[in-house]
Amino acid sequence: MLIFTLRRFNLFIFTMLLLTILSFSLSFLFPGEQLINLTGQIDASPEQLAILADEYQQQSGLLSQYFSYLNHLFHGEMGYSMTSNLPIATEVLNRLPATIELTCVALLVAMFFGLPVGFCAAIYHRKLPDNLILTIAMVGYSIPVFWLGLLAILVFSIQLGWLPSAGQISLLFEIEHVTGLQLIDILLSDSPYKWQAFQDATRHLILPVIVVALAPATIFMRLARSAMLEVLDTHYIKAANAKGLTFSQIIYRHAMRNAVIKVIRDVGLQFANLVTIAMVTEVIFSWPGIGRWLIESIYQRDYTAIQGGLIVLSTFIFIVHIIIDFVYAALNPLAREPRNGKR
Amino acid sequence: MAYSTLTNYKLLTLLILVLSGCDSNEALSLSKKSIIYCSEGAPESFNPQTESSGTTIDATSNQLYNRLIEFDPTDNSIIPAIAKSWHVTRDGKMITFYLRKDIQFHQTSYFNPTRALNADDVLFSFNRMFDSSHDYHLISGGKYPFFQNAQLVNLIESIEKINEHTVRFQLTHSDSSFLANIGGDSAVILSKEYADELIELNAMQEIDMLPIGTGPFKFKQYSSGAFIRYEPHSDYWRGKSELKQLVFDITPRDTGRLTKLLAGECDVIAYPIAHKKIEQHPNLTLESVTSFNVGYFGFNTSKPPFNNPLVRKALSYAINKQAILETVYTGQAEIANGLIPTSSWAYDSTITSQEYSIAKAQELLAQAGYSNGFVMDLWAMPVQRAYNPDAVTMAKLIQADLLKIGIEVNVVSGYEWSTFLRKISDGEHQSVLLGWSADHPDPDNFFSTLLSCSSAITGSNRTFWCNKEFDQLIQKALQTNNINKRKVYYSKALKLINEEVPLIPIAHSKRYQARANNINGTLLRAIGGIDFNGVTKN
Repeated sequence: MLIFTLRRFNLFIFTMLLLTILSFSLSFLFPGEQLINLTGQIDASPEQLAILADEYQQQSGLLSQYFSYLNHLFHGEMGYSMTSNLPIATEVLNRLPATIELTCVALLVAMFFGLPVGFCAAIYHRKLPDNLILTIAMVGYSIPVFWLGLLAILVFSIQLGWLPSAGQISLLFEIEHVTGLQLIDILLSDSPYKWQAFQDATRHLILPVIVVALAPATIFMRLARSAMLEVLDTHYIKAANAKGLTFSQIIYRHAMRNAVIKVIRDVGLQFANLVTIAMVTEVIFSWPGIGRWLIESIYQRDYTAIQGGLIVLSTFIFIVHIIIDFVYAALNPLAREPRNGKR
Repeated sequence: MAYSTLTNYKLLTLLILVLSGCDSNEALSLSKKSIIYCSEGAPESFNPQTESSGTTIDATSNQLYNRLIEFDPTDNSIIPAIAKSWHVTRDGKMITFYLRKDIQFHQTSYFNPTRALNADDVLFSFNRMFDSSHDYHLISGGKYPFFQNAQLVNLIESIEKINEHTVRFQLTHSDSSFLANIGGDSAVILSKEYADELIELNAMQEIDMLPIGTGPFKFKQYSSGAFIRYEPHSDYWRGKSELKQLVFDITPRDTGRLTKLLAGECDVIAYPIAHKKIEQHPNLTLESVTSFNVGYFGFNTSKPPFNNPLVRKALSYAINKQAILETVYTGQAEIANGLIPTSSWAYDSTITSQEYSIAKAQELLAQAGYSNGFVMDLWAMPVQRAYNPDAVTMAKLIQADLLKIGIEVNVVSGYEWSTFLRKISDGEHQSVLLGWSADHPDPDNFFSTLLSCSSAITGSNRTFWCNKEFDQLIQKALQTNNINKRKVYYSKALKLINEEVPLIPIAHSKRYQARANNINGTLLRAIGGIDFNGVTKN
């Protein structure tokens, strides 16, 4: 397990190194003064710029410039937004929780829907339910997310008026920003309208979560289906069958756990995809997350924000990826220790 | 494990169904007594003295503050407000205001007033703008666009406190637009007590961002670019609002506002699109009011080729205003023959709009030495306003029009509104699509603000056109109370604009607003910003 952890840690360090090099070189590639791109201080006076140049070691070589940039990053200094003049770190901290909330709920929903349906398809292999599920999965995967989002708003918000179309919660509720995760903040708050606020926040969550979760759910369906088919074809299942276990016993006791492990390995990969979908969804549903902020920053040519947002978002994806790797290792002895068996 | 997964999923579904299904009575009371207004942009400041854009005025003026005198929403006549009465001497040079004694300032988490409004507050509010050595003059940049443009700095000789509730303005000369100016949206009264407290706390810049006023609502919270939360002022002198909250939901996209209105997330929206759809909806009402405004195509006269009047004139022949009116305003506006809307008394029907003639345009261009055309930038404002509901489309139409006379137009859009305005004030543009909504019914508000030399300095004259003859004409018009004489001066000024063409007036539009049927009260005004005082929800 120690080697496994070290290996993941190593990977993390190297990926972060590459990421920061990329982000640092972006400040050269963007039009305009490199120092200003890096710090976002567009209105700085020449004296202030001189101090900044000193801080970022502009007079020294590229390598020490890069290390001073890293040093600033480690202290949480990512410069200032060129449009709002607020520190990037503050902007990111205000918005990242909303994205975490949306993506995590969507990931759970996608798994809760995708896995059982995929297993179902495998159990009814090459029968009507299987074909039906595969067709639906294909359609679900092929729908462009921005179109689906707009369609969902058109039907459920505008025509039927069931669900709200924008934001995280109705503006009428004043919820104090503690963790940034809206549902948890509501439970922590002492507002007299707590219950109504919780309902309202949940209602706001439904449409964007469904839109984000649809494509990953269909992928999980297909992954779960093929994993289950693979497991059902193994010798130990045949042995269990020969021992006279009932079909449901085989599925619930033996097949399902092993199939889930195979799927979980791919969840980390799918998460990056899910975050990309979430960014588009945030724009459509005016979700106050980091994806929407990043896309707006691109529109506004806010280079400092683009660099900071890029680093934070990729770090977030990477951390989730590693967490899922650990979950996989915890569930699967083969992955963590070679001596537990052949891979 | 998988079995429990399925159970969890069922529980989750059940939870969601339960959550979305029921409503508690206590909760109903909050949304039933609160109004969410979807506005088109973020205010630049919470003090309309320092910023005269329509968005700032809408968000602050009538909600947070009062003026000495105000305009009657129905006929635009002057009515008492903080001043219960006033007296003008026969020579028009001395105006005395008698203040009400029962006006309380807002009590908020950051300020506790200990006294009612008195003459000191009025003096403070005006001296801040007039007296350049005043402690607060340079806070927030020292620009007071409306007052500087209206030339009040030169007009007012002194302001004195006669007693606790009487204030006297001494003017250098008689000015017929003075009362109209004092009643304008920017002439709000601030609290001197609050300002003094901020000096002690060494936080003077907060005066414009954490506002204290006497208006029907008080400031609660502002999330930059996202929303503003107001609460009713419980000691409001006209009577406390019945609302629990007033929230401005800042929604720059017009489709976003429409969606929120249809989905019931907004009670009232600014500048709606799809008028027919709203009219047909059983629960929604579309309202409009003919505003004192003008949408124009302005040239930066300090930059070539637009420093040449012939080029500007040539372009004025090449713009097909009728097509713009039908496409951009969907017919809900009238063609602007001059700067002044037809409903103003200064309107001169003998001055007509430039005819649409490509031949004349080409001839003038050739005279100016540009027979082969040129390439120009056209900045299109990024927000919707009554006077220009869709600047980008208008820019594209103008692009097509000008291509016919060999001019290639690059449309500049995509800046955020405050960035856009800053760059325009700095003169980075070559030409721009903008407009103006009047602060008060006096015609001077159009001439001085948009084209005078002094506003070229403060930045509201986006053309940077400075013409001595024009300035003299509008000065003379202000020195007399005789409307017939003023008409003659303004008529000459309009003719001068037609000859020199610092800008091409395009249309005077109606301002639209849509609201849910359960919102009662008058919100829209022909002049100035919206007003939520007395608006109720049931």
